[in-house]
Amino acid sequence: MPALEMRDVRKVYGTGDSEVVALDHATLRVEPDEIVALVGPSGSGKTTLLSIAGGLLTPTSGAVVVGGVELAGANQKELTRFRRERVGFVFQAVNLVPFLTARENLLVVSEMSGRSRNGDSRRRADQLIDELGLTPRRNRLPGSLSGGERQRVAIGRALMNEPALVLVDEPTSALDTHLGEQVMELIRSEVKRRATAAVIVTHDTRMTHYADRTVEIIDGRLHA
Amino acid sequence: MLIALRELRRRPRRFAMATGALTLLTVLLLLLGGLLDGLYLGSTGAIRSQDADVFVYTREARSSFLRSRITPEVRDRVEHVDGVADSGGVGLTLLGARALGSAKIADVAVLGYERANSRVPSPPGPGEAWADQRLRADGVKVGRRIEVGPARTPLMVKGYVSDTSFLLQGALWVEPATWRALQRENRPDAAVADGVFQVLTVKALGGIEAKELADRIDTATAGATKSLTRSEAVLSLPGTRQQNSTFQGIIYVTFFVTALVIALFFALLTLERAGLYGVLKAVGASSRHLAAGLVTQAVAVAAIGSAAGAALTAALARGIPAEVPLQFTTGRSASVAVGIVAAAVLGAAVSFHRLLRIDPASAIGGAA
Repeated sequence: MPALEMRDVRKVYGTGDSEVVALDHATLRVEPDEIVALVGPSGSGKTTLLSIAGGLLTPTSGAVVVGGVELAGANQKELTRFRRERVGFVFQAVNLVPFLTARENLLVVSEMSGRSRNGDSRRRADQLIDELGLTPRRNRLPGSLSGGERQRVAIGRALMNEPALVLVDEPTSALDTHLGEQVMELIRSEVKRRATAAVIVTHDTRMTHYADRTVEIIDGRLHA
Repeated sequence: MLIALRELRRRPRRFAMATGALTLLTVLLLLLGGLLDGLYLGSTGAIRSQDADVFVYTREARSSFLRSRITPEVRDRVEHVDGVADSGGVGLTLLGARALGSAKIADVAVLGYERANSRVPSPPGPGEAWADQRLRADGVKVGRRIEVGPARTPLMVKGYVSDTSFLLQGALWVEPATWRALQRENRPDAAVADGVFQVLTVKALGGIEAKELADRIDTATAGATKSLTRSEAVLSLPGTRQQNSTFQGIIYVTFFVTALVIALFFALLTLERAGLYGVLKAVGASSRHLAAGLVTQAVAVAAIGSAAGAALTAALARGIPAEVPLQFTTGRSASVAVGIVAAAVLGAAVSFHRLLRIDPASAIGGAA
């Protein structure tokens, strides 16, 4: 069973003369332990594809299956639950909760499902914090962490719910080359260690070698 | 909700302005409520103390204690009405009084009465009086004599009673003959004959509604009387109804302002947090979960504001002159606290709509 399967997916904004096709008959299959880099110029549809795969947007037509869950026809409540349980996000701007410590930022995901006080959640958060080399910084607020440390916390948060698919949006855009490579290496090692699939959106072609395969998107169309 | 509480704990300054506003609004509400209670309780104690279901006045008195005169004949007709269990006469005279050895003249309400009630024991002996606690501030002491009215009629204070004042004047409770004598000596224009009282307090037999009994009494006296239920009698005191409605109006407006303050605060906070809410929604937070966090913060801010307001009011009350009829009751404090919390929750609820509209997709594709 693939981690992500998109079949003939279209996403159209507006109607009539103002119609914009953001995603045009996109078909993509990502295997359970595969890392796919999605590259393309600004406005090519990368973000739209990532949003549809993550259940943040619904496609105009086509089928999307993530970890065996069919997203077509799901209502908002079901999509919220899907995001909470099946996918992990690493956002471009990191977007940690500024008043929570590094460890608490990981536990946020469990709190959404009412499991923050659960011992398993705490153990998992501590394990991830340890793997990410953040143990000495676990009780620091994001404001007192470096850019790389914040990115590592964001990766930990994405992995907290043991997702079938991790969606990473421009993870190196705010980092220098050296730090960017460290972060990409970390994403690769953490994702591979868990045999989890990942789609990484990047405009930086120097980082694509961390992926198993690169897919290009231009004007909403995918080119393998 | 844990996130919401952690934000409160770690970013208290963010909530300081709203908490401060609620503290001041609580002070205002407690002072207004304290004044209302002080005026109401101080004005109506003599009537509220009566263990009666119906108060019978003469019709032409237009529900005025002072104008009413219940003759023995009228009383006899009242007592024969089906449903009347018991009755007692009450008379009232407003005078000045001075404790022996004190230069201070206090306004007093001298009440002649027949029946003991929950706050006033059976009538004392001739020339004796039960004095309301309020008169202690005027030098009235148990076992000491006071001189009442221009004739300086002496009364010996036998003991204290509480919450029995009439129109903010401390009450002196005496037996009927003492009251009549005192009236003849000091207010001959208002003197009444033996057997005459101003108001008849009536207890209903079990199962009879007070309103129904009042109607029966007025019918039996062929319109010579105007009978009021207990609450009607209280509200018929001069200015009481107007005073209550005025203060209540101000209190309701203050609660409305409280809700507005909180609504504005959380609307701005929600606007400021739109990016954060988008991220939380993207990682699986439901709108309901986020709304619960908002309500948690509103309740916490309101609870802290209420507690701080109560403490500040207690400190301020020490500096308020004794003649200001301020009275703090547990019930009023509780109702203000509950009202503040309820207004805060309603105010926070205004932001739910905006919260629902935040798109989780906004978290992807740039800085939130």
